[in-house]
Amino acid sequence: MLNRAPLFLLYLNVLVIAVCGLIYELLAGTIASYMLGDSVTQFSLVIGTYLSAMGVGAWLSRYIERNLAQSFVEIELALAFLGGFSAPVLFLAFPFVEWFRPLLLGMVFAVGVFVGLELPLLMRILKEHLDFSDLVSNVLAFDYVGALIASILFPLIFVPYLGLVRTSLVFGILNACVGLWSTFLLRPLLRPHHLWSLRLRSLMVLGLLIAGFLQAEKLTKLGEESSLGGKIVHAVSSPYQRIAFTSKRGGFQLFLNGHLQFNSTDEYRYHEALVHPAMIGLDAPQRVLVMGGGDGLAVREILKYPSVREIVLVDLDPAVTDLSKSFPPLLALNKSSLLDERVCVINQDAFVWINQATEPFDAVIIDFPDPGSFSIGKLYTTHFFRKLRNKIHTKSLISIQCTSPLVAPRSYWCIIRTLEEAGYQVKPFHASVPTFGVWGYALACQSEMTLDERRLPVPSDLRFLNTNNLSNLFTLPQDIRPLSPEINRLDNQALVRYYDEEWHGYDESP
Amino acid sequence: MATMNRRDLIGSLLGGTTLAIYGCSRSENVKIQGSLLGPDVQTGHRLRDQGFIPPRIDQWREVSVVIVGGGIAGLSAAWRLKRSGFEEFQLLELESTMGGTSRCDSSGSFRYPWGAHYMTTPLPTNQNLIGFLKEMGIIVGVAQDGTPIVAEEYLCREPEERIFVDGQWHEGLFPEAIAKERDLKQFAEFNQEIKIWASKKDALGKRPFDLPIANGSEDEQAQSLDRLSMLDWLTSHGWDSPILRWYVDYACRDDYGLTIDQTSAWAGILYFAARLKHQEDSTQDVITWPSGNGQVVEYLSDQVKENLRSRFLVAKIRPCDQITRDASCEVVGLDVDGQTWVGYRAKRIIFAAPQFVAQRVIEGFRNGVSDSSMPFRYSWWLVANVHLSDRPIEMGFPLSWDNVFYDSKSLGYVVSTHQSGIDHGPCVWTWYYPFADTHPTFTREQLLNIPWSDWVEVVLTDLQRAHPKIRDLVTKIDIFRWGHAMVQPYTGFLWSKTRIDASKPDRNVHFANTDLSGVALLEEAFYHGLRAADEVLDALTHRPHTHLRSETQD
Repeated sequence: MLNRAPLFLLYLNVLVIAVCGLIYELLAGTIASYMLGDSVTQFSLVIGTYLSAMGVGAWLSRYIERNLAQSFVEIELALAFLGGFSAPVLFLAFPFVEWFRPLLLGMVFAVGVFVGLELPLLMRILKEHLDFSDLVSNVLAFDYVGALIASILFPLIFVPYLGLVRTSLVFGILNACVGLWSTFLLRPLLRPHHLWSLRLRSLMVLGLLIAGFLQAEKLTKLGEESSLGGKIVHAVSSPYQRIAFTSKRGGFQLFLNGHLQFNSTDEYRYHEALVHPAMIGLDAPQRVLVMGGGDGLAVREILKYPSVREIVLVDLDPAVTDLSKSFPPLLALNKSSLLDERVCVINQDAFVWINQATEPFDAVIIDFPDPGSFSIGKLYTTHFFRKLRNKIHTKSLISIQCTSPLVAPRSYWCIIRTLEEAGYQVKPFHASVPTFGVWGYALACQSEMTLDERRLPVPSDLRFLNTNNLSNLFTLPQDIRPLSPEINRLDNQALVRYYDEEWHGYDESP
Repeated sequence: MATMNRRDLIGSLLGGTTLAIYGCSRSENVKIQGSLLGPDVQTGHRLRDQGFIPPRIDQWREVSVVIVGGGIAGLSAAWRLKRSGFEEFQLLELESTMGGTSRCDSSGSFRYPWGAHYMTTPLPTNQNLIGFLKEMGIIVGVAQDGTPIVAEEYLCREPEERIFVDGQWHEGLFPEAIAKERDLKQFAEFNQEIKIWASKKDALGKRPFDLPIANGSEDEQAQSLDRLSMLDWLTSHGWDSPILRWYVDYACRDDYGLTIDQTSAWAGILYFAARLKHQEDSTQDVITWPSGNGQVVEYLSDQVKENLRSRFLVAKIRPCDQITRDASCEVVGLDVDGQTWVGYRAKRIIFAAPQFVAQRVIEGFRNGVSDSSMPFRYSWWLVANVHLSDRPIEMGFPLSWDNVFYDSKSLGYVVSTHQSGIDHGPCVWTWYYPFADTHPTFTREQLLNIPWSDWVEVVLTDLQRAHPKIRDLVTKIDIFRWGHAMVQPYTGFLWSKTRIDASKPDRNVHFANTDLSGVALLEEAFYHGLRAADEVLDALTHRPHTHLRSETQD
């Protein structure tokens, strides 16, 4: 009967069980380190929880007195399900739950209890059929060998080639196979009417895990969608960033690396405030420079001035400007602005482009992303703003978006003071954009500006600004009081540090 | 000679634990190009033949001053002569490019260093260097407290440094991520002690640790530290934190190519103290260029380009025993490309090559008297320029100018494109590895015989600590072997008589090289270049003795 089954197959079972158990533990430790940081603490907690849970499982095994073989198979299946889906569940849950760490450790504990139950049960099942001392030595030996294999293959093969989600599912599948296989191996010990029920359940778990594996790509996207807060309608990865369009409540949104750039329902407020105060202060502006703003929405506003003959748009990522020229919802929103023959698109890092000689511009619209990284922070430095002076004449006006003056007051005033340090007269202003809240901008000029001097009428087709409310933008409320933080220089990148501190915990920023 | 296999080489240079990294990535790097470079060893080693005598002289030339060596010291001497209105000099350099260990290279639009790659903003006491950097357009003004103001684009751009420790990149060089309370306490005490040394001043306002070293005070208490190793000094303060020791050891290997137990404590403290402003905690800002100190080489070369002759092997220098104003000495050498022997008759010679070459080429060098107990020693270095098609995707603190691996014997890598502000796409990383003293496992001859493909494995295995998929991005790796890259400030050498006396002229030969200071630093090379030029100007023009005074109105 049972002792006719080749012994090595039994031990192979033990080996696979051991590998799966350790892989689940390593996955949990890695995910905890990725998501929560401080890898030493996370790994220590995970290992401690796991080992103690195994002890609990081993202790609990005494209470399983009958139907050992059936219990064993059921535990295998539970483990396959729980362990196999552990990584996808943790990834999906992370953006939603505040109690991520308890969830993670709870899963580790449950997996540990099941793993702790496995070997005592298996040994009790087999002790009737095999010499006990051989059994103990072989089972434990294979268990430890399995642990070694898992710990070597995990960092070298599984994480680099499969990724965490797929690794998790693959070992769930293996685990479920062990369950199914055990129904054959332990058949003499199973009651016939249980046998088919067990096999059916095995196949169901196996089927779910395989389906999960095949949909791993979508699971990853689902995780992203849940963190972006809308349904993804289009997403691409460029060498520079992850570009995602989502749709929510009648509008669509653009995210770059998970940071919201605009919401189609209220972006007109943001872009009208960014563009028009500069444009109407000029006498028939002809050449306009736009830096950042690859979505073409600022350009759409600039094209409302008939005097404009040429717009140069410098944006790092061709994937973004290409979408602006071809993705239908965006084309409808930016009114095909980048396809206008007056627009010249240059895909280059503005920091490098600024060194090239060009004719001077009458107006400059700066719509860079918020300074959340050093590679963007360099575009808000005294060095960059001084270089910009070579691109304009003394009366040219510059308009720049400067993040939220309410959420990030030091960041906002750091940009203002840096512009002043670089030799500009600066007028701070603000506008209200429902999606972002109160937003900060600044108008800068190399010579003295008088805001009353409006040379051009406000275009008639605006939705937010009119002649009356324009000057209100420049009246700062009580809660936007001037500060004097450090100047942002290439060699200190003070702005990135302010921004990081002030926006910590906020997700929605352009 | 036994050949070594790659595993031995990697295990020995990078440590046994890296073999696991190496073992699982053994794909042949078929698509990676590159070559093995080095100073002109073949030509240079011709000098090693004792009693080497040129067969015939094809051509004799007369010039007032010959400068031997076109590194920072020789070029600075040439610049000083020219700025003093003296143009009758000829600079001879063995290599095809100027710069010595500060040389640089370029490929496409990228420029990158092969050696020295930064300097620190000079303190107000170093007026000569400040004056030079003003001329070069690097220093654009002076603050009220006398501190020079460096143009923003030449100050090292943030993020400046990061360290790979505990499987993650962290900001800064001190591995705080793994430091415990005791480590941080000792680190704070260490910094406090350095600050005390940096603030100490003698009656004339001079500090014991200053750059150039010759500007410093004669502080016997400080100089006695030279007889201790840096490790002994840490131990004597009860600082046993392995993390603090790693940090100081890194500094020693980085600046001197020596380990913490080999480096003189005086030199070790100099590294930290000479960069601290008086009474301040902050270190002087780093000045750097994509091409490293090659930028200084190019500027200097350009100023004296009519007086430079490259690919010229100086074989023999015959000084004149009479040291009168018009006595002439001879410099004989080979035009390497034309294979013609050329002799120069000059009144004075500035020998701006290292001391180990001086012994070989100068006839009757110092009357044959040499103190062999404290010889000039130099470190072997390996520098690799790694060309990448793109940057690796990574977590943690972002790619910085200087990127260090906590567990490695390498110094990590510097991103040459960082200072250009290029944050996306292709880039060049310059990876440094110092061989502290004579390497215990390998002889220099063995190291010279290691093929390019094996060095590439060493470099890639080291980079794989933090960048597991780096091989997919590497397009080219050039390897430069420096046989005698940096003078070693080993215990006792810095304030030895050998070192101090080496700056004195030998008959009508004057000496200028950073090794005369016992440390390899641009500030020292520049100082000795100016000093030697001033000695020559004094001798030839009977002008008042101006050198070595602090020239505040420069």
